[in-house]
Amino acid sequence: MNSRSYTMTLSLFFLLFIITLCVTPLIGSSKISLARAFSDTINISNNTDAIILFQVRFPRILLGALTGAALSVAGAIFQALLRNDLAAPFTLGVSSGAALGAVIAIALNLHVSLLGFSMVPLFAFLGSLGAIILVFSLVRTRHGEFPTGVLLLAGVTANFFFAAMVMFIHYLADFSQSFRIIRWLMGGLDITDYKTVLSISPVVFLGIFILMFISRDLNLISTGVHSASSRGVDVARIQKVGFITASLITGTVVATSGPIGFVGLIVPHIVRLFVGPDLRILIPTCMLFGASFLVACDTLARMLLAPTEIPVGIITAILGGPFFVWLLKRKRQV
Amino acid sequence: MTQALMRLEDISFAYETTPVLRDLSISIREQDFIGLIGPNGSGKSTLLKIMGAILKPDSGSIQFKESSLPKFNKKLFAQSVSWIPQDHPMVFPFKVSEIVLMGRHPYLSPLSFESEEDFEISRSAMEITMTSQFADRYFNEISGGEKQRVMIASALAQNPEMMLLDEPTAALDLKYQIQILSILKNLNAGHKRTLIMAMHDLNLASSFCNRLILLNEGKIVRDGTPEQVLEKNILEQVYGIEVDLGSHDGNIRVHPVISR
Repeated sequence: MNSRSYTMTLSLFFLLFIITLCVTPLIGSSKISLARAFSDTINISNNTDAIILFQVRFPRILLGALTGAALSVAGAIFQALLRNDLAAPFTLGVSSGAALGAVIAIALNLHVSLLGFSMVPLFAFLGSLGAIILVFSLVRTRHGEFPTGVLLLAGVTANFFFAAMVMFIHYLADFSQSFRIIRWLMGGLDITDYKTVLSISPVVFLGIFILMFISRDLNLISTGVHSASSRGVDVARIQKVGFITASLITGTVVATSGPIGFVGLIVPHIVRLFVGPDLRILIPTCMLFGASFLVACDTLARMLLAPTEIPVGIITAILGGPFFVWLLKRKRQV
Repeated sequence: MTQALMRLEDISFAYETTPVLRDLSISIREQDFIGLIGPNGSGKSTLLKIMGAILKPDSGSIQFKESSLPKFNKKLFAQSVSWIPQDHPMVFPFKVSEIVLMGRHPYLSPLSFESEEDFEISRSAMEITMTSQFADRYFNEISGGEKQRVMIASALAQNPEMMLLDEPTAALDLKYQIQILSILKNLNAGHKRTLIMAMHDLNLASSFCNRLILLNEGKIVRDGTPEQVLEKNILEQVYGIEVDLGSHDGNIRVHPVISR
């Protein structure tokens, strides 16, 4: 890959992202006038257009962009590390661990906040951390490597185990808790503010930078661990850094947005069709396209049944499900 | 006499508990073309991975050019030694040229792109292996023999002094077998590379290699020229079948005796 076509491709995806960021805030159930929103003659507390635009839509769009970016990049990384194009950020149990954490916090009626973080996302994050530690420590060999077949099995098992725990707690929960649990499990971007966006963005950006830094090593691992090792890749170290970083950015966004499905599976596939499987270009383009994709899906979620808002996880899964089937069918024909 | 390029001493290795290699010592000289032969499970592939620093031996030492192997930085070692696996399952749609360029990895720093020099080296590796014509095709869409040549090109792009090949002709038809081995012969004689390949075909091994190492149950049974290694009673003992030896164009031929 040469740097000219690289810059070219990246610019196109960046342009798409910018267009999404400019257009989507203007779309919504209540019509807003940009002239009024940016007017300095109207007092800010009376300026509903400005409040909707800056306090409601912008933070939600930024959270959507961060979540979409993190899930898409993590999906591309999991697919490469597991050498399996059906892998997704949730394959190894990160989201079901987060769900268990969130459900525990809801069932215990924890409404207090710690250091400015409310309990549900905090517990969700701890749950995803617990899942990562559990799965990786179970699977790691005495040579320090992660055999992918065993890792997949352990992840699937962890998913079932955590899902059963979630169901059990859900069964014991009262009516209002039950509603909150269901609502959390659907995933959504509706409850947010700038503080949340600011607190998760450093993790997401640092994570993506680390993954960019090891992207060529990850390319080699995606073609086989032994041949990667023979080309000078420290396989055990790169696997560890890759898995943990991708899991951490996943856990971070899932803690605030819930398990928004399919984004992390389909965005890497869509982007790969255009830019190829080289992670040096796939990571940044997945980041930009994933951000645009989730923001667009969330705009649909806000619009389709306006003024009622559909959880965005439903939209991504309804779009993602058929795509997934198509992909499976196409793969069988090859 | 050429000097030793790599020296293995008392190497033992086990994946779990069953030993695969037992107290094995080999000295590899520059420009050797070694055929590693022996029955299935005799430890050929494992030995190649240990020589390529893909696996760490449980005990024993490895010297490469007079420095001991653990001291080598992985990338630095990969600039001298390359390894080519037996099969090449590829999940993602990489192009042939991208696969070959991956051989340049040990020379590149993180977040960098291949330079014009890297492209040039890859191009010449593809010319030597006659793979230039499908540079822009997808790796998964070319034939087995073509894949093997592409992987040799990729390993060549590492510009190694020593190349390790795990059954490079397995699953290839007769024409491709000879083509691959001729390319390897040329790399050995013309380009001064040291080659070690695991082989099952004793006749091809004896025609192309100047040294054979016969392994059985993780130990070296014989090490020497094809004439020294391919001996009737030794082969019968190791493979457990009756064989006849003959000769053709000055090369030893091994024929299994098939009872009718």
